[in-house]
Amino acid sequence: MSEVLLQVENLVKHFSVGGGLRGGHAGLVRAVDGVSFTLRRGETLGLVGESGCGKTTTGRCILLLERPTSGRIVFEGSDLAALDAAALRAVRRRIQVIFQDPYSSLNPRMTIGQILAEPLKVHGIVREKRARTDRVRELLSQVGLLPQHAERYPHQLSGGQRQRVGIARALAMEPSLIVCDEPVSALDVSIQAQIINLLEDLQARYGLTYLFIAHDLSVVRHISNRVAVMYLGRIVEMTDRRRLYEEPLHPYTRALLSAVPIPDPELEARREHTVLKGEVPSPLNPPSGCVFHPRCPKAVERCAAAVPPLREIRSDHLAACDLA
Amino acid sequence: MAALLEVENLRTQFQTAAGTVQAVDGISYTVNEGETVAIVGESGCGKSVSALSVMRLVAEPAGRIESGRILYKGRDLLALSEEEMRDIRGREIAMVFQEPMTSLNPVLTIGRQLTEGPEIHLGMTQADARARAVELLGLVGISDPERRLAQYPHHFSGGMRQRLMIAMALACKPSLILADEPTTALDVTIQAQILELMRSLSRRLGVAMVIITHNLGVVARYADRVNVMYAGRIIEKGSAAEIYADPRHPYTLGLLRSVPRLDEPRRARLVPIEGQPPDLARLPPGCSFAPRCVYRTARCEAEAPALAAIGAPGHVAACWEAGRLTPRERAA
Repeated sequence: MSEVLLQVENLVKHFSVGGGLRGGHAGLVRAVDGVSFTLRRGETLGLVGESGCGKTTTGRCILLLERPTSGRIVFEGSDLAALDAAALRAVRRRIQVIFQDPYSSLNPRMTIGQILAEPLKVHGIVREKRARTDRVRELLSQVGLLPQHAERYPHQLSGGQRQRVGIARALAMEPSLIVCDEPVSALDVSIQAQIINLLEDLQARYGLTYLFIAHDLSVVRHISNRVAVMYLGRIVEMTDRRRLYEEPLHPYTRALLSAVPIPDPELEARREHTVLKGEVPSPLNPPSGCVFHPRCPKAVERCAAAVPPLREIRSDHLAACDLA
Repeated sequence: MAALLEVENLRTQFQTAAGTVQAVDGISYTVNEGETVAIVGESGCGKSVSALSVMRLVAEPAGRIESGRILYKGRDLLALSEEEMRDIRGREIAMVFQEPMTSLNPVLTIGRQLTEGPEIHLGMTQADARARAVELLGLVGISDPERRLAQYPHHFSGGMRQRLMIAMALACKPSLILADEPTTALDVTIQAQILELMRSLSRRLGVAMVIITHNLGVVARYADRVNVMYAGRIIEKGSAAEIYADPRHPYTLGLLRSVPRLDEPRRARLVPIEGQPPDLARLPPGCSFAPRCVYRTARCEAEAPALAAIGAPGHVAACWEAGRLTPRERAA
């Protein structure tokens, strides 16, 4: 098995909220509440869950865009919290991000060429101007764009082309890890497959490692080697792709899979659907015990009493459910 | 089943900085009483504008319904006065939008927003309208309705707001609801709740529905009949079963092939539709899909195909090569 690239240990990120105009008592949003996982070099870990489950905050902590409340993030052997400014700068290069909305993450006043050349210059990766132009050209071709796209502005490109620029910008830093935060969910269906294929090609060519954050379970199944399902700040199930989709253990994973409509009317008519009651509770005031118990079709009395730990139920198949 | 809505050769255009955009380019479809019809397509294909045209809510003067007929219960909506049209909106045809927060008034209570329709359209007294509002909240599964009526939209979650939108749409007992991406902004478990709710209400109350969506799974689960749109035109239509089992337009086939599916073994590689979505201001001559189409011939680039019958009764596709897209060819 290949080496461990990233290790996240008991990551916690709480945000304090409240106050407001009249003061009032502040609350604590437990956005990420004890998340641990390991990413090996060259693999893709899918992080799935619904809005507010903490998947994006987890990614932002790894990207050093949020300071964790507690827990450790070890990347390429070093604890991120222990690094000095110069070392952090180097790490920031090695961990890149692709955002959901390529439009709001590209500066509308810069041409695509400028957008791609700037980080090369700032980080001193390519110091000479002429060489930078060549590198930009090369990056464009790596993501399936043409040299003339360098002269265009973001608004002159389609959504899929803009996402290709976002990917090229991440590649420019020669990263080892890319956090892909909903990279295809803003794109049209016919374009999503293009971008997914591109991400897979780049991974194969450059040995990239992906943390693939998404809510679309079909896309996550396609691209991931392993998958972690999050609910209200915690991982509730984690295993390899095949077992997560074929032998899910946690009732939430099962409900999520059952909620995905399949493009086949005959199959849909035959399929049984578990429609979960209620909505995701507020992370300001999570339920007692298992945070999923108020919506769980299987819940029994003791589920409300104690938080079930994420435990290895079968070899390399973890679930946080007493009934699993 | 009697036809409730018959859209005939509808054309809607917009004047933009880039030139004239034919957002809806001669589409025709029918919705029968009580049935659910889907309009599927990607962004910019004209699916939302087609619904706004039915409601006559296309923003003027940039947008304009050029021609066509929209027969609702036999009356042409395009021939009605603005006054008469107002009676149709809400009371006969209601609309549910994708983003409930932008269609609810943030400074009015839920109670006020739910009672306004019944008071104006049905002439209810305040007390009756309030009783109706309580009933509506119950209908869409919002508990504690008395307390909820005094609250504002920001007190509700995304899923709850969409329930409110459905309650408002149902307020005046319409015969038809146009739902424009009603669950796109919602999480998958909430999406399932809202779609089940819409389906059960539509069956129980006999309301016909037009679901406008880009999600092929949603269509498969909920629609009786499907219209697939591309670049302002309907390029294929038929029963849902037929469209999914025997797609005859390369775009429909491409869409179905490009999505990874949970019910099938994982494929090594996805099969995307190559190229970019069309720029409506600069459409190619001939078939708009031709530049991205793997089946294209010289004729496709010169001459736009019209919808023609193929396969089972009621199944039509606008493709010169539709006959080639047999199941054997598609499997290749």
